[in-house]
Formats: sequence, C-alpha cells, structure tokens
Amino acid sequence: MIEVKNLHKSFGDAHILKGVTTTFEKGKTNLIIGQSGSGKTVFLKCLLGLFDYEEGSIAYDGKVFSQLSEDQKREIRADIGMVFQGSALFDSMTIAENVMFPLKMFTKQSKSEMEDRVNFVLNRVNLGDAHNKKPSEASGGMQKRVAIARAIVNKPKYLFCDEPNSGLDPKTAIVIDDLIKEITEEYQITTVINSHDMNSVMQIGEKIIFLKNGYKEWEGSRYDIFKTDNEAVTDFVYSSELFKKVRQMYLEERG
Amino acid sequence: MNYLHYIGTYFLMVIEMFRKPTKWSVMKKLILKDIDDLIIGSLGIVAFISFFVGGVVTIQTALNIDNPLIPKNLVGFATRQSIILEFAPTFMSIIMAGKVGSFITSSIGTMRVTEQIDALEVMGINSLNYLVFPKFIALTLYPFVISISMFLGIMGGLAACVYGGYATMPDYIEGIQLDFKPFHMAYAFIKTLIFAFILATVPSYHGYYMKGGALEVGKASTTSFVWTSVMIILLNYILTQLLLSQ
Repeated sequence: MIEVKNLHKSFGDAHILKGVTTTFEKGKTNLIIGQSGSGKTVFLKCLLGLFDYEEGSIAYDGKVFSQLSEDQKREIRADIGMVFQGSALFDSMTIAENVMFPLKMFTKQSKSEMEDRVNFVLNRVNLGDAHNKKPSEASGGMQKRVAIARAIVNKPKYLFCDEPNSGLDPKTAIVIDDLIKEITEEYQITTVINSHDMNSVMQIGEKIIFLKNGYKEWEGSRYDIFKTDNEAVTDFVYSSELFKKVRQMYLEERG
Repeated sequence: MNYLHYIGTYFLMVIEMFRKPTKWSVMKKLILKDIDDLIIGSLGIVAFISFFVGGVVTIQTALNIDNPLIPKNLVGFATRQSIILEFAPTFMSIIMAGKVGSFITSSIGTMRVTEQIDALEVMGINSLNYLVFPKFIALTLYPFVISISMFLGIMGGLAACVYGGYATMPDYIEGIQLDFKPFHMAYAFIKTLIFAFILATVPSYHGYYMKGGALEVGKASTTSFVWTSVMIILLNYILTQLLLSQ
C-alpha cells in the first residue's frame, strides 16, 4: 500500500501539486486520471522518487520515503517496477537482456536461474519467442509487453505505469490493460497507472483518482464514476458521445 | 550566474560518477563495450589523419627551408616536435571531441529523451556511474591512441620526405633523434590524460542534462563539441605554461 499525504510540488513559481492526499491499495489497479497539465506525470514522478517535493509525505507500506536512509531508499526502489510511456527499453540490449537487466543488477542468481525467470515472465506476457529481438525490431504492443515483463521480473511490490496504452490500437490496448490487471491480482502488487484512456478507466479502474489543476478533485471506483455528479469529472470522462451513452445505459440498468 | 550553475552541476556530476558503484560483473562489460566504441573504433580515423598530416607537416617544413646552410635533418626534427608536442595530443583530441564526444552526447542524450535514464534511476541504479564511469575508464587508454598517432605521424613524415625527395631517409631519422627530450613525451601524455578526462565528462554532461527531444540531441552534440574543444584549447595553454615554461 502507498499512502500519500498533503503532497506539494512546485517548479519555480508554478505550483503543480497542491496538497494531494490519497491511498493506493495493494492488489488493486489504481488509476490517476486528469487532463493534460493537471499534474499526473509530476505526481507519478514524485511517487517514483524522480522528483523531490516541498511538502507532504509518501509512505510505502508504512515506510515514509523521505525519512529513509539512502540504503533503505535503494531497497524500496528495488521493489518498484515501472512501465514508461515510451517503454524505455535499452536499445543496445536484446529483449531477453532487457528483461534480465534488473536480475543482473539486484540479485545474486546464477545465469541459468536468471534465464529461467526471464523465460517465465516473457511467456507470461506472451513473448516466449522474442528473446533475441532488439527493441527496435518489436512493435509498440510488444515493446509495452517487454516493459511489463522487465517491470515484474524482480517480483516488485509496486508497479507504476505511465500511459501504458498510448500509441496502441484499441485491441492491443485492451490486451495490455488485462495483462496489468491480471499481474496485479496474481502477484498482489500495488499498481498505479497514469492514464487518460477512458477505456482503461472503465475496464480496470478499481480505484480512480481524478486530478485537476494540481488538486485531487475526486476519487472512487469505476462504478462510482458512473454515478458521480462532480462536474469536473463528468466533463472530462463523458466528453465523448460514446461514454455518455455508456453512462446512460448503466444508470438506466441500475434504475 | 548561469555559467556558475553549469560549472557547479558539472563538478557535482563528476563526484556522483564515482559514488554508488555498479556491480562489477555488469561494469566490466560496459567498460569493454566502451573501449570498443571509443578507443578501438577510433583507431582507423586516427591512423589515417595522423599519417597524412605527418606527411603534410614534413612537406610544409621542407618547402620553407630554402637556405642551403640549414641542415636537412631539421625536417625530421621539426616534424617530430610538431607531432609530439601539439598535433598528436592536442589537435587529435579536438578531432576526437568531434568523433567520440558527439557519440557520447548523442547516445546519452537519446537515453535521456527516451526515458532510459529515468528507468535506471527508478531501479535505484546510479545512472551517472552506470553511463559515465565506464567511458572515463575506457578513455584512460586514450594515451595509447595518441602513441599510435605520434608514431604514424612521424612515419607519414618519413614517407613524404623520402618519396617527395625533400631529404634522405638517414637525414630524416637523424632529425627525429636530434636533441630528444624525454620530458616532452611526459608533457604530451600528461596533456593527453587530462584531455581524456575532458573527452569523457564534458560530452557526458551535455547528454545527461539535456532537455527536449530529438532536435535537442543534435543541438546538444554541437554544443558539446564546442565546449569540449574550448576546454581542450584552454587547458592546453595552461598546461603548456605550467609544464614547459622555464
């Protein structure tokens, strides 16, 4: 579980996060949504420890990150898996080497143990035959699956995904969403996804945090989002006719 | 004020580069890869340029000596001095700033743009140690490249001298042995080692701290070449004053 309390982050005069407080639960897919410029990416980078923040705290399973020693911070980071928007695979390595990288860096496993684990996770993301390809030879969907495999290979406690569906066709996007949800439940990981893909919100949003202008405007589940009368949320989520209809149908069905 | 900020960031980067070392089994492979990319990969161009520039230095020297009272061995002497003292260590380093420096800036810059550096940081890896330290170690072999440059420069001079008919081979060989001061070699290699450090760190700084997209990677490579060259020329002046002045 990750607990965020009163998080403030500024860049010069620009106050990006204005006191965000929330909890990301274990074994659930937690989504951060909001318009471009609402502070989603900055929030995610604060959670990852890539940005320092001026005020507030982030606690990973009760351990407040800012109060930890460098060694303890490193231990927390070793428990984090991250799927970047552009996959961020290492160009100079093959797909298998990319996936093996965290094992090489953080474990003392033998080569055969590492190979077994790499085979297992690549099969888990349905890429059992792509070991020797370079990332540049893989499609966008394959690259995302490799990034997921790399993120989970070291059995992380926390999985962060930044726009995992961006640039993917709708069918592949659903495959990626399902994969993230399955992995989250299977390994009981705390998963935090930064997204503005409404399909993902409807499909896997067990907990949704809506950010607006650096504030947490709303939070709830994908079912709550149908019922909410928060104008900012409905403006954002139901901006397309399709989702308006979906909502209407849902509300009619439930009376 | 901005320049002070850049200088401060550069020195912090250098300190950070030595902290939190990467696992040796991984680092070993990175160092070998960088030796291949930065040192072995540069030998061809270094050999080509050194040989022909050595020849040109000899021809220019010979053509400017038209007084019959000046001994012919001066051609070899002047070529040796030019190549050992300046051409090989300094001007070859500026050429390397273009070749190796641009490669370092663009490869690290591309990793920054494509979030690969963020990926390393998220994993808890000291990205500066992972990316820059192996380049620094690989470039400690740079004096060997410069030795080859010196040798081939003098050989190029010999070929041009003999085949151009400017002096005989014994005259040239006598010239390159004339009044040889071993300290000049030490001076050249001290410069080379310092330039190697500049070649590893200044381009890395420009790649690592760049912001933006693909276009900015190109701009960062150009800026990196300019600043690496400026640093080499300035340090060349300072080191020459410190080491050679009486």
